Amino acid sequence: MNIVVCIKQVPDSDKVTIDRETNRLNRAGVPSIINPFDENALEMALQLKDKHGGKVTVISMGPPQAEQALRTALSHGADEAILVSDRKFGGADTWATSYTISLAIKKLEDVDLILFGKQAIDGDTAQVGPGVAHFLDIPMLTYAQGVEVTGETFKVNKVTEDGYEIWDIDKPAALTVVKEANELRMPSLKKKMAAKKAEIPCWGYDELNPIDENIGLSGSPTKVSKIFAPPVKLNKEILSGEPSDMIAELIKKLKEQHVL
Amino acid sequence: MSTTKELWVYAEQRDGKIAGVVQELLSQGQILADKAGFTLAAVLPSANGAELCQELYNFGAKKVYTIDDPKLADYQNDYYARAVAQLINEKKPEIVLYGATTIGRSLAPTVAVMVDAGLTADCTELDFDVEAGNLLQTRPAFGGNIMATIICPDHRPQMSTVRSNVFKKTKLSDNEAGEQVEYSVDLSGVPERMRRIEAVHEADTNSIDLNAAQFIVSGGRGVGKPENFKVIYDLASELGAAVGASRATVDAGWISHHHQVGQTGKTVCPVIYIACGISGAIQHLAGMQSSDMIIAINKDPDAPIFDIADFGLIGDLHEIVPEFKKQIAAFKA
Repeated sequence: MNIVVCIKQVPDSDKVTIDRETNRLNRAGVPSIINPFDENALEMALQLKDKHGGKVTVISMGPPQAEQALRTALSHGADEAILVSDRKFGGADTWATSYTISLAIKKLEDVDLILFGKQAIDGDTAQVGPGVAHFLDIPMLTYAQGVEVTGETFKVNKVTEDGYEIWDIDKPAALTVVKEANELRMPSLKKKMAAKKAEIPCWGYDELNPIDENIGLSGSPTKVSKIFAPPVKLNKEILSGEPSDMIAELIKKLKEQHVL
Repeated sequence: MSTTKELWVYAEQRDGKIAGVVQELLSQGQILADKAGFTLAAVLPSANGAELCQELYNFGAKKVYTIDDPKLADYQNDYYARAVAQLINEKKPEIVLYGATTIGRSLAPTVAVMVDAGLTADCTELDFDVEAGNLLQTRPAFGGNIMATIICPDHRPQMSTVRSNVFKKTKLSDNEAGEQVEYSVDLSGVPERMRRIEAVHEADTNSIDLNAAQFIVSGGRGVGKPENFKVIYDLASELGAAVGASRATVDAGWISHHHQVGQTGKTVCPVIYIACGISGAIQHLAGMQSSDMIIAINKDPDAPIFDIADFGLIGDLHEIVPEFKKQIAAFKA
């Protein structure tokens, strides 16, 4: 079985801040990681391979340094990696990104399953998985926490707001994967060594031959109009001292504000 | 045919019941439609839409496009996306809003690529720039450390998803007038590529409480151990509040994930949110910072939770929380 896992290299978002004076992102020194939800997609692929054999290919679209995330994925057990990178792809929103990644997957043969993390922690859009599935014209389910192979279809357990659903979905299929699915295995030393030396092809504009108006900034319907720091509360009151005094003061204030 | 431009809300239904977020989106949609001079309409794919229209009128929809088909009884991405995309291509609305539910976050991105629309996820503010005709879609990014305003200047419709409890709902009356517009889509040409075999609803009253709760008392790592959640439950019970939790306590197995508030948990918007022993990691704040009032109890005066609190109580939650409960009980008596 051939499985493709789409991964994104993201800044460790807890550590990204904004300069309140200039409204610019402070990203210097912030480590880059594989998007945590993509680790669950990778582990789901590796477990299917353990059980049914086949090949796991990881794909990442991003700047040249995204190659590092692909090497990490190889060290955890992926068989092959492909970097999708070109200056012309820069500035892509989820629409253009979905289109571009779908072109890369179309170049691969006999793909049975395409996995994504449920969303990326930098943008939190959860839009690229469904977008890619549409461009490839394959069925897609979001929020998968389990998958089994049943002949020519997959049996998928997907999370809902108040429980779960079991679906039967034709091959080839696309799934987005939640954290509850699993935990990514540790890399092995041998695979780490191999990952360092692995050849990672880079597919750019010439390899993918895209329609110009579908890629990069021109293929992106959404534009960032401005970024700013989240608002801070100004009229706050901080109390300290004896618990009974603090609570008495708090309840008095709550009464004054008619919330009690 | 009316020439007025339209703002649509996707009227998500499950088992013939309209999702709560739809009422919130209609109320916010009304504000935007008034500002823009648009007509507020709802789009309702289902097996029998006529029964559900009145509820949508009551929250402001002037028009409901019903798309009835036995194949649309339960959500199926291929059928729903085809139905909604076809209606959009024909009627050309200016704006379409979706709830950021498990269904909305599957449907909206599929429709967006089908109709070449821009889509902005998890908006926390929506405004309208009358001059430019653009929807101003503001959302947190990088786990809430940054706010970004997104526009979609050259493509229509402009589409957004919004989580529940971000906007307030306002019911206009129980018998608002509206117009049902029946629309039919031929789904016979859409291949059946996936089938729902089973839907399991796990009863969890606590998780339902969190979304609807007026008051929430939440515990974090400072609670110390699972059995100490008792003080949190005791205060919650005295206040008639729901119980929330930080990711750290859920990951540690102290409390079920149904209680988790934050970026990867629930977004809540109660009248009062009481954070006990929660340091205030960005991912937690992302799920509760729009609460009307935030009370933080923490022994670390530098905890980031105090940055967004209206009232901060510095001290040991194990002393303060029981005292809070005692004085609330006395106040009620």
